[in-house]
Amino acid sequence: MIRLHDIRKVFNANKPNEFVAIDDINLSIDFRRTTALTGPSGSGKTTLLSILGCMARPTSGRITLKDREVTSLPERFLTEIRRETFGIIFQQFNLIKGLTSLENVMIPAYPNGEKFALLNKRAMALLDMLDLAGKADSKVEWLSGGEAQRTAIARALINNPAIIIADEPTAHLDTNLSRDFMEIMRRLKNEGKTILIASHDPMVYKSDVIDQIVEMRDGKIVSSGNSP
Amino acid sequence: MTIQRLVAGRQDLIPTDYIDPIKQIRGVQSVEPRLWGYYYDALSGANYTIMINAALEDRIGEIIIGSGVSRRGAEGMPSGEMRENDILPFKTYDGSILPLKIKGLLPFTSELVSADLILMSETDFRKLFPIASGHATDLILTVRNTKELSTIASKITQLYPDTRPILRDEILRTYEASFDWRGGVIMMVLSGALCAFVILAWDKATGLSGEEKREIGILKAVGWETTDILLMKFWEGAAVSLASFFIGVLLAYLHIFVGSAILFEPVLKGWSVLYPNFRLTPYISVYQIATLFFLTVVPYTVITIIPSWRSATIDPDSVMRG
Repeated sequence: MIRLHDIRKVFNANKPNEFVAIDDINLSIDFRRTTALTGPSGSGKTTLLSILGCMARPTSGRITLKDREVTSLPERFLTEIRRETFGIIFQQFNLIKGLTSLENVMIPAYPNGEKFALLNKRAMALLDMLDLAGKADSKVEWLSGGEAQRTAIARALINNPAIIIADEPTAHLDTNLSRDFMEIMRRLKNEGKTILIASHDPMVYKSDVIDQIVEMRDGKIVSSGNSP
Repeated sequence: MTIQRLVAGRQDLIPTDYIDPIKQIRGVQSVEPRLWGYYYDALSGANYTIMINAALEDRIGEIIIGSGVSRRGAEGMPSGEMRENDILPFKTYDGSILPLKIKGLLPFTSELVSADLILMSETDFRKLFPIASGHATDLILTVRNTKELSTIASKITQLYPDTRPILRDEILRTYEASFDWRGGVIMMVLSGALCAFVILAWDKATGLSGEEKREIGILKAVGWETTDILLMKFWEGAAVSLASFFIGVLLAYLHIFVGSAILFEPVLKGWSVLYPNFRLTPYISVYQIATLFFLTVVPYTVITIIPSWRSATIDPDSVMRG
């Protein structure tokens, strides 16, 4: 379980442009379930997702991951947790241009020092699972939106993380591709992954894949409960 | 030591009567008269250096030529160069033709100094130029003890105030003054290249492009540590600078030793119609290569790491915000 206690995140603290992104966040997220963070733009979804994914530290409050307090861990350990526990799918996909789809997928695993042949095989298996094997050697700038996102999903899965984080994953996809994305999430959920999705797209938070909905507004949680 | 005679500030023929009194000066080992001059060959449009040679003293009508003369004199001929027994015609000072037979070529290895040289007998030389016997172009002195050179030189000027003794060191100094500008031209080219390198390095050191920052942000977000990123940037910088260095050294080697420095050749060899056609002997100075290595590869590699280090310490959530 992931627990958040009194999480507050302030940007530009003690400056004229100080901004409280999220405040008074208390939340529990069970493993092997799919949680959607919803709310309008600027409600703090992405900030909360960054903190959940150990990419940013809260200004105050505590986070426990499997009963281990992670807020005060040094950067090195946070990086290790981020690499081994979380797979992140970004809104803009954030693939590295100039590299192939396959190379992008392998990137998060390089620091582990795994044998290249084995890593290559695992990455190809993931691309194959996502019907992208034929595009393995294509440069990412030549991929379509759906192919780029599936590459990003494969990259998120390469270290076999327990938790998948997706930030506005359908923002740049049409209806069919959005549906395909949710089907992939369903498959991952069935494999036992914990999924956290920030989205204000009804196709996401009204999907039957979602177990828990956390609604946010102005940096605070306004409601939290199981999906109807 | 070379002794020249000056008349009105210009070099003039020196009487060979000067030889014996100079020989009497203590420390002088030998004094030899020298006959040499320049000859403009209207047929080939080239200037030749003509000298007399003791080995040809009894071989009147024969000459030994440098390879530049051989090539230039044979322009238009199928063989491309003049060979032994070919005739090279000269126009003497009074307008008559003096045909001289080639009896040898100077060795290829001495081409740098002998490309335009023609050696002939004293008799033929005096037929070619109006230099009466009893006169020489200059005198060459051999002195046993080099420490005595300046003393002997001052004794000669006392004995013959119209002479000018020239020491070998002075000739070298004059050559340096005459030819150093070529080094200056190369120095300017080198300065330009160094400036370009410094600008490139400065551009690298002062910041990364937006795309590079984004890449570093992505790598951090997907679980790379700062040290992983720095290590990657180090290898990237090292690979780029090492590859550039080795390609540069290889191209320089090919340019100098295979292409005979085709780009610098006109500057370094100077003006002449008879360029020496010499091949440089391949030689690599480990000291120079090491100096270049430490002046380019090492600073470039270090410089590429600095901005990466600054960027690698940013929060990984920056990429979440696009």
